[in-house]
Amino acid sequence: MLNDTLLIAARDIAARQGGRPVLEGVNLSVGKGEIVTLVGPNGSGKSTLLKVMLGALAPEAGRVARMPGLRVGYVPQKLHLDSTLPMTVRRFLDLPVRAPRAAAEAALERAGVGALGRRQMAELSGGQFQRVLLARALLARPHLLVLDEATQGLDQPGSADFYRQIEAVRDDLGCGVLMVSHELHVVMSASDRVVCLNGHVCCEGTPAAVSAAPEWRQLFGTGTGGALALYRHEHDHAHHDHGHDHDHGSHDQLHA
Amino acid sequence: MPTTTTGTTTTTAATTSFMLDDFLVRAALAAVGVALPAGLLGSFVVWRRMAYFGDATAHAAILGVALALMFELSVLWGVVAVALAMAAALHALEGQGREVNSALGVLAHGGLAAGLLAVALVPGGRVDLDAYLFGDVLTVTRGDLVVIWGGGALVAALLIWRWSALLTATLNPDLAAAAGIDARRETLLLVVLMALMVAVALKVVGALLITALLIIPAAAARGLTRTPEAMAGVAALIGGVAALGGLGLALRLDTPVGPSIVCVAASAYAAIALAGALRR
Repeated sequence: MLNDTLLIAARDIAARQGGRPVLEGVNLSVGKGEIVTLVGPNGSGKSTLLKVMLGALAPEAGRVARMPGLRVGYVPQKLHLDSTLPMTVRRFLDLPVRAPRAAAEAALERAGVGALGRRQMAELSGGQFQRVLLARALLARPHLLVLDEATQGLDQPGSADFYRQIEAVRDDLGCGVLMVSHELHVVMSASDRVVCLNGHVCCEGTPAAVSAAPEWRQLFGTGTGGALALYRHEHDHAHHDHGHDHDHGSHDQLHA
Repeated sequence: MPTTTTGTTTTTAATTSFMLDDFLVRAALAAVGVALPAGLLGSFVVWRRMAYFGDATAHAAILGVALALMFELSVLWGVVAVALAMAAALHALEGQGREVNSALGVLAHGGLAAGLLAVALVPGGRVDLDAYLFGDVLTVTRGDLVVIWGGGALVAALLIWRWSALLTATLNPDLAAAAGIDARRETLLLVVLMALMVAVALKVVGALLITALLIIPAAAARGLTRTPEAMAGVAALIGGVAALGGLGLALRLDTPVGPSIVCVAASAYAAIALAGALRR
């Protein structure tokens, strides 16, 4: 069912959550080294679709084909740690498979939280927590990295930084990336392909193509023309000045 | 500890001191044999907030006792069967993704009431209810010891074997699924272990206090530890010390052993919590 370049492909997925139909006839695939971003309004089934892709939720109809031996790294939207469960950062990295010490230290270092191994997970700031989640997901050397609004709770520079890191990881590991994001401007700059979801796939393609689609305009308004401009702008400049990208007030244009 | 208590156990005055030692040794072995695996399993009960779940399963044991006596079957297997049935029913209920706390409450107390009713209906009315509600560790036989240590070892071995998967599933089911772990199956294992633990612990602490023996040492260990494994290990240790300490206390004060063990464990919890609060 999968050709050589695909990591995972879902066909004709229908799914319910809490008895309510959420997805209908959805197709979604991720290829090797490809960054695919799911966007869509609240309740459009983005997280449900991720659960189906992960195998955490059985679809009502359709099936998900995976490359044999596919390793998946998952960064959840939010990880609730029960206050009764003690957990150091270092111990967390060993879940579910024990990581060699050197690899664990390197992973923390790469995620920019090298000094935190002995800290309790509950003591971390939001940004540190997300970076540790990412470090853990990368330790399995995944073929496919799945992120569910992984930058929630991060400030603007923090989330821009986080997504730059995702791109670096993709270049480094050559893994495919499937993510859900609310931050349209980031989506536009960091994705190879954007899939716009609203119970079904309303439009799909390169960021430039999608933001020109009428379905996109209907969902996100005509103001997203600004997003496209920003996309081009950021893409042109993505490789020199990181701090400078977000100082144009162009974020406001998104909602204009 | 056993040597200091010779004078207080009046009921066995006629027996030789060797026999006395023997029944105390058996009681101590039984109490420790239950407390060690309870510390490990109890940590998961605390992390997953399964206290009510534990109560419902433990209370169902009384119904198991009554049914076994009515049909003249082995009490042990009666308890295992009914506790498993209750645990499986609760697991199915949770699987429907609904809020089940009130249903758990109904089952926990309804199960206990049904058990007490059934005990009263057992022909002959010769059931020593106290022994099943609060435990009767001083009458533990060699056969009981085999059940306790065999069952306890089975619970501990399964927990350790599935530890990483159980912990990942406890943390987040989606995280587990991404790593190829079936969180529902791991939860089912915990549920089965809970039923086994109830059957193993019934003779020692009784149906009413099993959950206490699961939760209190684990909760006490939380304040002292920084990793899940350390917490489970310290919980088992605290449970073991409370088991021996409680047995000693019971012999000294001529009080029931099960509640004495739980009191010692609760005191340890209070002391650790207080020390933690003072240090801050």
